[in-house]
Amino acid sequence: MSEQPRDAWTSTPVIWLRSILPWLVGGVLAFALYRYGMWSESNQGSRLAMPIFHFKILSLIGINAIMAVSLNVVNGYTGQFSLGHVGFMAIGGYVSGAMTYYGSMILWQSTAIHGELFGGGDFLFLGALLCGGLVAALAGYVVGLPSLRLRGDYLAIVTLGFGEIVRLILTLTRPIKKTAEEVSQAGLLSITHNANGSWALDGWMISVGGALGFDGIPKYTNLFWIYLLCFATIIFCYRLKQSVLGKAFVSIREDEVAAEAMGVPTTRYKVLAFVIAAFFGGVGGGLFAHEVGILISPPEMNFLKSVDYVIMVVLGGMGSISGAVLAAIALTILPELLRDLSWIPFLPKALHDVSDYRLIIYALILICVMIMRPQGLMGIKEIWEVRPALWLRAKLARKEKSP
Amino acid sequence: MTKFLQTSIDGLAVGSLYALIALGYTMVYGTLKFINFSHASVFMLGAWFSLGVARLLGWGQAGAEVPIYAALVVLLATMTICGALGFAIERLAYKPLRSAPRLNVLITAIGIAMLIDNTAALEKKAEIAGYTIPIGFGTRPQRMPSLFQDKAVAEIAGVNIQFVDIVVVISAVVLMAGLQLLVFGTKLGAAMRAVSEDTRAAALMGIPVDRVISITFVVGTMLAAAAGFLFAAKYPGLNQPAAANWALLGLKAFVAAVVGGIGNIRGAVVGGILIGMIELFGAAYLFTQLRDVYVFVILIAVLLVRPTGLFPSGAVNKV
Repeated sequence: MSEQPRDAWTSTPVIWLRSILPWLVGGVLAFALYRYGMWSESNQGSRLAMPIFHFKILSLIGINAIMAVSLNVVNGYTGQFSLGHVGFMAIGGYVSGAMTYYGSMILWQSTAIHGELFGGGDFLFLGALLCGGLVAALAGYVVGLPSLRLRGDYLAIVTLGFGEIVRLILTLTRPIKKTAEEVSQAGLLSITHNANGSWALDGWMISVGGALGFDGIPKYTNLFWIYLLCFATIIFCYRLKQSVLGKAFVSIREDEVAAEAMGVPTTRYKVLAFVIAAFFGGVGGGLFAHEVGILISPPEMNFLKSVDYVIMVVLGGMGSISGAVLAAIALTILPELLRDLSWIPFLPKALHDVSDYRLIIYALILICVMIMRPQGLMGIKEIWEVRPALWLRAKLARKEKSP
Repeated sequence: MTKFLQTSIDGLAVGSLYALIALGYTMVYGTLKFINFSHASVFMLGAWFSLGVARLLGWGQAGAEVPIYAALVVLLATMTICGALGFAIERLAYKPLRSAPRLNVLITAIGIAMLIDNTAALEKKAEIAGYTIPIGFGTRPQRMPSLFQDKAVAEIAGVNIQFVDIVVVISAVVLMAGLQLLVFGTKLGAAMRAVSEDTRAAALMGIPVDRVISITFVVGTMLAAAAGFLFAAKYPGLNQPAAANWALLGLKAFVAAVVGGIGNIRGAVVGGILIGMIELFGAAYLFTQLRDVYVFVILIAVLLVRPTGLFPSGAVNKV
């Protein structure tokens, strides 16, 4: 093999820098956003401060972006159709929530937030997120297995059934243990045989609140963690898309038989795609469960929420990461914008209050976009590959050459 | 034994409702090849429109004289309204997407479902020419006026057989027999089957594909509306239009269609009865709280063993 021509752009240190630079930039941006949020909260009067309400939406955007980008691996790259992404989200949320709730009860005898940013509590939180993601990934493996046999709509139905089963089983869990004594008394998992002959399961592992939702999870999620993990998800999925594995995923989407003939182990890769998507979905669920002002509960984790994420993927364009992020931003903001239309200039006053109709308008916009732009906002391209961006880049390149 | 018989009767009634809804899913899947997520909303509208029609005709008040033909009038009115609505949906939303990827059609269907649910849940009233016309049914659960005599007609071996159950089962059987006659006994039915088998070839043979698809869609919608009416008759406490339980009922009916082999009309009927029986027997003899879980577990089990359902619809897609 001949030596590759090397220039400054491909020298070893620069390659190292290029591979860690996105993480650095992402981390710094996330931290800056977090500090700005803290500052805004304490200086609400200042002109530079944003309302707290906007930060709530920002956090939701971050979480939704994680969910949409991770679902994109299955629905976009691999072309499989998963309608149960919220099942992974619920698993991740409940597992990590139970770990921080009961973990801090066992470690610190209370469920209050322990320590500042990077304090002891945050390490428990990160460990819990990781565990939530891993358990969700395991579930993803189990759900991915049927894709050995099923294609297209049938797979969609199975994933949908999976999501519903997770939700329905979560409604059957036991009430939350409120005190440290109760926790130590119940233990991890115990089976008791009652006098009347029935069996009862107990233990903190399955005491996550039932249909009422898991109340009292310590609220560790903040803008820093959301956006750090959001960047991590985006970078991971972008590099996945560029990698050989990602190309193999796309080949399955384009033509499964041809991919198989070219030696792509289609079934194994389909399961792998499910596992990857489920992991990040679980992490997103963990962030969601620890978000301030959110009560994670089974009724909320219904299949319509999965549908929301599928809509984000399709609206953004199948396989386009920037499209999924843009769609996540748009679809999180849109219902909020529709609460009150006074921001539209020249709109008659009578049309300002549409809050009763906002879901109807949302549905109409969705239908119109699907009919008028079936390939989604981005198609299969990224934002820097669409025509205006290409034109801009060509212009910049010409400028560099001309002198 | 009494419990067994009672559960069987309930299972048969619920199962025939599922079967009616499943028929709509299976017919649309057969011709348009997508999961019609707006079907559950049409079913919901069927239930609420029958309430609306019954009230409009003055059969809603307590102690009102309810004629014997009331149920039939309400049923036909509901089926007509929902059929017209189905025609409009198919023309405006699905026809422009004939050649679009199926995922887009699916999401459009979800959009339609959201549109219908949230419009039906509106609580506005419009004043047109002096009349106050409510738009939407509001966000409160309401009670369907009883159009039948609310008593057990027979008691066999300790089992109560409600008049409603008999009506539900008989109407379902009549409708399904009618559908069977339509699909397998008429020229239109032959056209429907041809379109479902190969749309392009059917078009080449001179079959007006668009019209046949429209008719198929409308027939499926009318069956869902009928199921909505029968559901309202059996369970008069109607949940609000945007409630999640309508979607769950629709999902279970869809599971019935898949278990029976989607695209297969007889399979949908068998699947519906099967799912209804499994749900009620599971609830009666095992854990009551798990009644919805059984349905989805059965779905996954059936799909893993027979990926095309119990009665696959002929042609198998190999590639």
